Amino acid sequence: MINKDLVIIGGGPAGLCAAKMAAEAGQSCLLIDRNRTLGGQLIKQTHMFFGSEKQFAKTRGIDIANKLVEDVRKHPDLIEIWDDATVVGLYQDKVITVLKNELYIKVQSKAVIISTGASEKVLAFENNDLPGIYGAGAVQTLMNVYGVKPGSRIVMVGSGNIGLIVSYQLMQAGVRVLSIIEASPKIGGYKVHASKIRRLGIDIVTSCTIKKAIGTEAVEKIVTVKLDEKWNEVPGSEKEYEVDAVCIAVGLTPLTNLQSMIGSEMKYISELGGLVPVIYPNHETSIENIFSCGDASGIEEASSAIVEGYITGLLASKKLGNVHPRYDELMDEYNTQLNNLRNGPFGDKILNGLKKQGA
Amino acid sequence: MRLRIKEHPILNFEEEKKVIHFTFNNLPVTGYEGDTIASALHALGIKKLSESSHWKRPRGFYCAIGNCSSCSMIVDGEPNVRTCITLLKEGMDVRVQTNKGEIHDK
Repeated sequence: MINKDLVIIGGGPAGLCAAKMAAEAGQSCLLIDRNRTLGGQLIKQTHMFFGSEKQFAKTRGIDIANKLVEDVRKHPDLIEIWDDATVVGLYQDKVITVLKNELYIKVQSKAVIISTGASEKVLAFENNDLPGIYGAGAVQTLMNVYGVKPGSRIVMVGSGNIGLIVSYQLMQAGVRVLSIIEASPKIGGYKVHASKIRRLGIDIVTSCTIKKAIGTEAVEKIVTVKLDEKWNEVPGSEKEYEVDAVCIAVGLTPLTNLQSMIGSEMKYISELGGLVPVIYPNHETSIENIFSCGDASGIEEASSAIVEGYITGLLASKKLGNVHPRYDELMDEYNTQLNNLRNGPFGDKILNGLKKQGA
Repeated sequence: MRLRIKEHPILNFEEEKKVIHFTFNNLPVTGYEGDTIASALHALGIKKLSESSHWKRPRGFYCAIGNCSSCSMIVDGEPNVRTCITLLKEGMDVRVQTNKGEIHDK
């Protein structure tokens, strides 16, 4: 058994920022990530971020990842990093079990920050399991990390920011996006992204969903259908597209396996993407010294995950007896930043969800 | 390899990478260093990676980050390998998985 005071599970934006703040407070920690590269999903975000300069607006996601990792690597004496290591268990006595290099390792911790991020939602339609039907994040990974196109003719399902941004990235990679379809009557993402897409000649069809996919070994065609104001299919409005890939961008859901496993109180909150842990004012779950932040406690944007990570890092180290020299000032500043971020176009939904989530 | 991105306005994929030889269902094929098994197969146009255990429906990857297990294949005799996050290595024996996988001694 290895003893560690603070263990941070997940090295995406939230976990990296929590580790940085802990180190600045003089708190040692172990940061565990299952990937070979730290940075979470930022490593495939080739677009420039929006929002405030404080959360790296106008910087590409890939560059933000590098910056955050650099911040963490500045503290080799306080932050120990295990990459390519998967946490497979979290128990009530705060023992964490980790699979690393095919070894099963037990770590006894005093406090844990869960920042495991999210996974992509799927959509129910006929033959949705055919190869070639991929999540939007998968398409980004394939293109932007490995340099492989998902196909040559693609339809995007979902017009939230991810659907719009990934459509643009597909065009940059030389893939033909035939259409973006959106079930609701309104485009989900920012207008500026939608306009950029439309200027490239990609049609965004609202009140339209995917009815079925057709193919033997992989998707060859899809059929879309229009929806009326009650979300019922409009008979005779079916349209066929010949495609070799379909991209599903219908949102994310928090990865809360560890919160569930340790038995923290959970709630289903649709505004936050599904099942989430109940969060107490100091960012703990219902179990003392088990903290949760970033998408793992509710889907927002990477910018919010960054700030939540800073806040949770400050709180967790304080709880363990290491108070950041600028604790009060930083808490004020990060809480203000978080409030500003949540005053954005999607803020109402998030704030509604957070109201239900608070203990 | 028509699916490999050559030109990109932001990212650089022009650099010559080391070729990795492996087999797919006994067929000798190649990928590049840095590929996962799934990205190398996808670049070859191979999308079907496994069959569903009951109805034997074709399955490819879905999430590409190791969450969904839709990309499980038999690699060097070991079943249920998540090929979307497993790096390709020289001489790997990669096979489509058509059942739940059997426990075996290494």
